[in-house]
Amino acid sequence: MMLELHGISTTFLRGTANAVKALDDLSLSVAPGDFLTIIGSNGAGKSTLIKSIAGLVPPDEGRVIFEGRDITRLPVHARAAAIGRIAQDPAESTCAVMTIEENLAMAAMRGQTRGLRLAVDARGRARFRAALAPIGLGLEARLSARVGTLSGGQRQALALLMATISGSRLLLLDEHAASLDPKTAEIVMALTARLVEERKLTTLMVTHNMQDAIRWGNRLLMMHAGRVLFDARGTEKAALSVPGLVARFHEVAEDRTLLAG
Amino acid sequence: MSQAQALILNMFEQGCLFAFLGLGVLITFRFFRFPDLTAEGSYPLGGAVAAALLVAGMNPFLATLGAILAGAAAGLATALIHTKLRINNIIAGIIVMTALYTINLRVMGKANTPLLNTPTVFGDVAGWFSLPENVLTTIPIAAAMLGIGGLLLIWFFHTDLGLAVRATGQNETMALSLGVNVDRTKMVGLALSNGFIALSGALVAQNHGFADIGMGIGILVTGAAAVLIGEAIFGDRTIAVWVFAAVVGVLLYRLLVALALRLGLEPIDLRLVTALLLLLALAVPRFRRRILR
Repeated sequence: MMLELHGISTTFLRGTANAVKALDDLSLSVAPGDFLTIIGSNGAGKSTLIKSIAGLVPPDEGRVIFEGRDITRLPVHARAAAIGRIAQDPAESTCAVMTIEENLAMAAMRGQTRGLRLAVDARGRARFRAALAPIGLGLEARLSARVGTLSGGQRQALALLMATISGSRLLLLDEHAASLDPKTAEIVMALTARLVEERKLTTLMVTHNMQDAIRWGNRLLMMHAGRVLFDARGTEKAALSVPGLVARFHEVAEDRTLLAG
Repeated sequence: MSQAQALILNMFEQGCLFAFLGLGVLITFRFFRFPDLTAEGSYPLGGAVAAALLVAGMNPFLATLGAILAGAAAGLATALIHTKLRINNIIAGIIVMTALYTINLRVMGKANTPLLNTPTVFGDVAGWFSLPENVLTTIPIAAAMLGIGGLLLIWFFHTDLGLAVRATGQNETMALSLGVNVDRTKMVGLALSNGFIALSGALVAQNHGFADIGMGIGILVTGAAAVLIGEAIFGDRTIAVWVFAAVVGVLLYRLLVALALRLGLEPIDLRLVTALLLLLALAVPRFRRRILR
């Protein structure tokens, strides 16, 4: 297995009256090359799941195993060589006051010791141009432009390249197209699919868009109250439809609520 | 020499010496986006260490290098308190600043160390060209040192490590997820910043002929005012412009202070002048934006 989660639980504001159980004894196995789309209502624990794997929110209980190694307590920066993550807010995954080439140069150094070598040289520029050109947003001609001058869609496209440029093996997408207009979101999703395919990335993608969740990937996970409600694969996933998904969500969520009550 | 000439020369001389302070403050205040109060201790630390070493008979260049290393150690201490003990960075700076007051007194053994009969870097370099140490020789020497320091800083912030240091201050979440050990980059940034600040203190002590325990009081505000004045003029652009703006900001700050004294204000009024300059430097960019719109 590429990634295994064993019974992870995370509670925010633990020990207070406002305690929220974000993940509840969740287990999950992800094979190399799997592309999981993850849906669920607000507060279902989707983001917390992504953050547990990225190391931003270490779980209270349980273990995270990546490529056979226990990384539950490994600091975020020590996972970065193998794991790329993109958040919903473009401001989080790219640095606005640095230029496009500087952002890419930082990403290219993932997992390597950063020393006193000039970060951007002619070879790097050529490499960045070649990586940017296929996106079709014209960024390859604006290498020295500050990222803050780009649109949200351009920034997310750049973030995708940054997450994958240095050979990451696992890609974590936390609603990375949600803040974009529909047309730009479409471009970013197409780029995502292309990069995942080309680089054989194992991918977990949280989305609010049920259509996207059905269309992309080979597995669909529905989460509710910190647990996985169901996990559809292969032909089962291919047969899903948006109304079917909604109906199924209500059915299972109500069952759980009744049981819990 | 006319009064105006003397004023201009004094501005360049003092400006070049204080510019290292401006560069140090630029790193923490702008790149790390917090006012690092360590400066209030590392600046006199630079003066104290250089003075103590000079009085002990050390070569001025080595004494100045010692001051830089001491300042870097002070910055490292603040970074360690902030990163390892998870204490707020401003509080960490205050703790180190407070401790440095005693350390500076211990280093000098007294509150003021005169340097009247000791050699200085300015005297030594002027001596290489068989020139006397005065304002006309100090300016080119200090300017050359500043040029080297500024270029080194610009170069550093374009290296892999330098980018990581910048990214740590600007977007820590991104830096982390790109594999940057942000604890380490904070240490590098704060050590670099306070090394520059201590260098400023060491050069000012040699130029003024004494190191004093009180020479660091209000020094962070001076540095921040300079950075902000530079920014108000040049705007917020590339690293090179930023470094250049900080230097120009220090020069202008010194000029404005000298003018204020010429206009009949007394030294005790200077803090009020500084506060007003700071306010002006902060208000001007906003005002300018409104006009452009």
